[in-house]
Amino acid sequence: MILRKLKNYLFLCLMTLSGVAVLIPLILIITYVIKMGASSLNWQFLTHLPKPVGESGGGMFHAILGTLYLVSLGGFMAIPLGVVLGTYLSELGKGWMATFLRHAIDLFTGIPSIVIGIFAYVLVVVPLKQFSALSGGVALGIIILPVVTRTTEEILKLVSNTTREAGLALGLNRTQVIWHILIKGNRAGIFTGVVLAISRAAGETAPLLFTAFGNSYFSYGLMQPMASLPAQIYTYATSPFEEWQRQAWAGSFVLILLVLGLNLSTRFFMRQKS
Amino acid sequence: MLAIAIIMLIVSLAILLFKLSLPAISKFGIGFIWGQVWNPISEEFGALPFILGTLTTSFVALLIATPLSISVALFISEICPKKIGHIIGIFVEMIAAVPSIVFGLWGIFSLAPWIQNSATPFLKSTLGFLPLFQGPSYGIGVLAASLILAIMIIPTISSFCREVFRTIPLQTKEAALALGATRFEMIKITILRPSFSGMIGGVVLGLGRALGETMAVAMVIGNSHRLAISILAPGSTMASVIANEYAEASNAMHMASLGYIALLLLVVTLMVNGLARFIIWKWSPKI
Repeated sequence: MILRKLKNYLFLCLMTLSGVAVLIPLILIITYVIKMGASSLNWQFLTHLPKPVGESGGGMFHAILGTLYLVSLGGFMAIPLGVVLGTYLSELGKGWMATFLRHAIDLFTGIPSIVIGIFAYVLVVVPLKQFSALSGGVALGIIILPVVTRTTEEILKLVSNTTREAGLALGLNRTQVIWHILIKGNRAGIFTGVVLAISRAAGETAPLLFTAFGNSYFSYGLMQPMASLPAQIYTYATSPFEEWQRQAWAGSFVLILLVLGLNLSTRFFMRQKS
Repeated sequence: MLAIAIIMLIVSLAILLFKLSLPAISKFGIGFIWGQVWNPISEEFGALPFILGTLTTSFVALLIATPLSISVALFISEICPKKIGHIIGIFVEMIAAVPSIVFGLWGIFSLAPWIQNSATPFLKSTLGFLPLFQGPSYGIGVLAASLILAIMIIPTISSFCREVFRTIPLQTKEAALALGATRFEMIKITILRPSFSGMIGGVVLGLGRALGETMAVAMVIGNSHRLAISILAPGSTMASVIANEYAEASNAMHMASLGYIALLLLVVTLMVNGLARFIIWKWSPKI
């Protein structure tokens, strides 16, 4: 009996220990980023372009704008498509085609982001013969698409059939039921899925390395290379210059604020709703 | 209609990727997989160092992450009070939301020096006789990459395990306790045994994530093209070599070979994810 109790306590201690242990890296990373990032962050960083090596100062204004631009571009392409596909899978999806599509979307979430970068490269960069913001947007769009599709499908599946039948009984046709009742009625849930997908895409570096490529200046054109926050951090972090590394930390601080902020606020919003 | 278009898109992407790597496939054939030399100057390409790098880092990461993730999942769902469990659950999921570039940055400046100065002397004094832990440590290397990967896949495995544990009815647990089992025995008999295959599914999902992770690994693995047994040595993975060399590939064959690696990586991750789904679907139909 004593042995069994001892085993029990030992086990409980181990579990508790591991519960604490898992939190350590997260806390280490966040405090380190805050410590290094907050000290390097200043107004100039947020509003200025990079300065040449050796000069201090300068910032990542162009990269912050670039990330917003690329993410909106990807979202603009993928979100409507994702919502439509998710609705299709939940409302009309029967038969082999829907099953195949569902599996394909599932597998798409598992494709490494670097391979998605190559897809976008072959699809857009090779035919146009240049790195461009458009290709970066396509890459991010491919990342956003499956996430939005899945969340839309899952949220619409939670709607009870009686709600649909009530709509039909009021004389709406099927399209009207889908649009007015299902999509408009669940816009909060769908919106959450969209924001989570966007926050994931905003942090992606790998697919942008050889699509949007990077840029040290402002660029507005679809067909020009464009800087993004993660890619800029990567360039600066792997450089030997201390000033650049400092800026990489400031960039990470902004990025983590953006991504975790979006993530946590939607979670909070979701909980308030439910 | 749209569904057909998406399916066409997926198929065409696979074909495009195949076309991109066709020169390398026709030149090196299947021998590419065990070719040991990677030399862009003499146009000799073999993927073995990268394949082994991917396998080692993922395997070591799984070795560290699996027990931790399962015990965290148990801790959250069974042991600690509900409110605290909820908060820890959010924290664990926040790990998944941290961009991999931030993991990489932290890896270079914080984890790598720690490995070089604290972990390596300890490993050498305890396990130094194994070939795995020989040679100098530069901090960055296979071990650093594996540790980062382990941290990154913990949320994947543990949130899946929590889903699995949630399917076990309360009555079964209470029955075990009523029969006089301690909590450890209750967890062992009523939770761990029936959800074994579900947990395997979660681990395979984690493996799929680890195989494809790029940026964090590319930043801390050291990017060496040589084969090394020691996990303290620098190495490369399939994803990291693509990230490092694709934008500045020196010639057409170099690019095709990187495409070949991407194709292999795609096939492997699809297979691993498919396997995970198969295991989950076959043995735990409740989820």
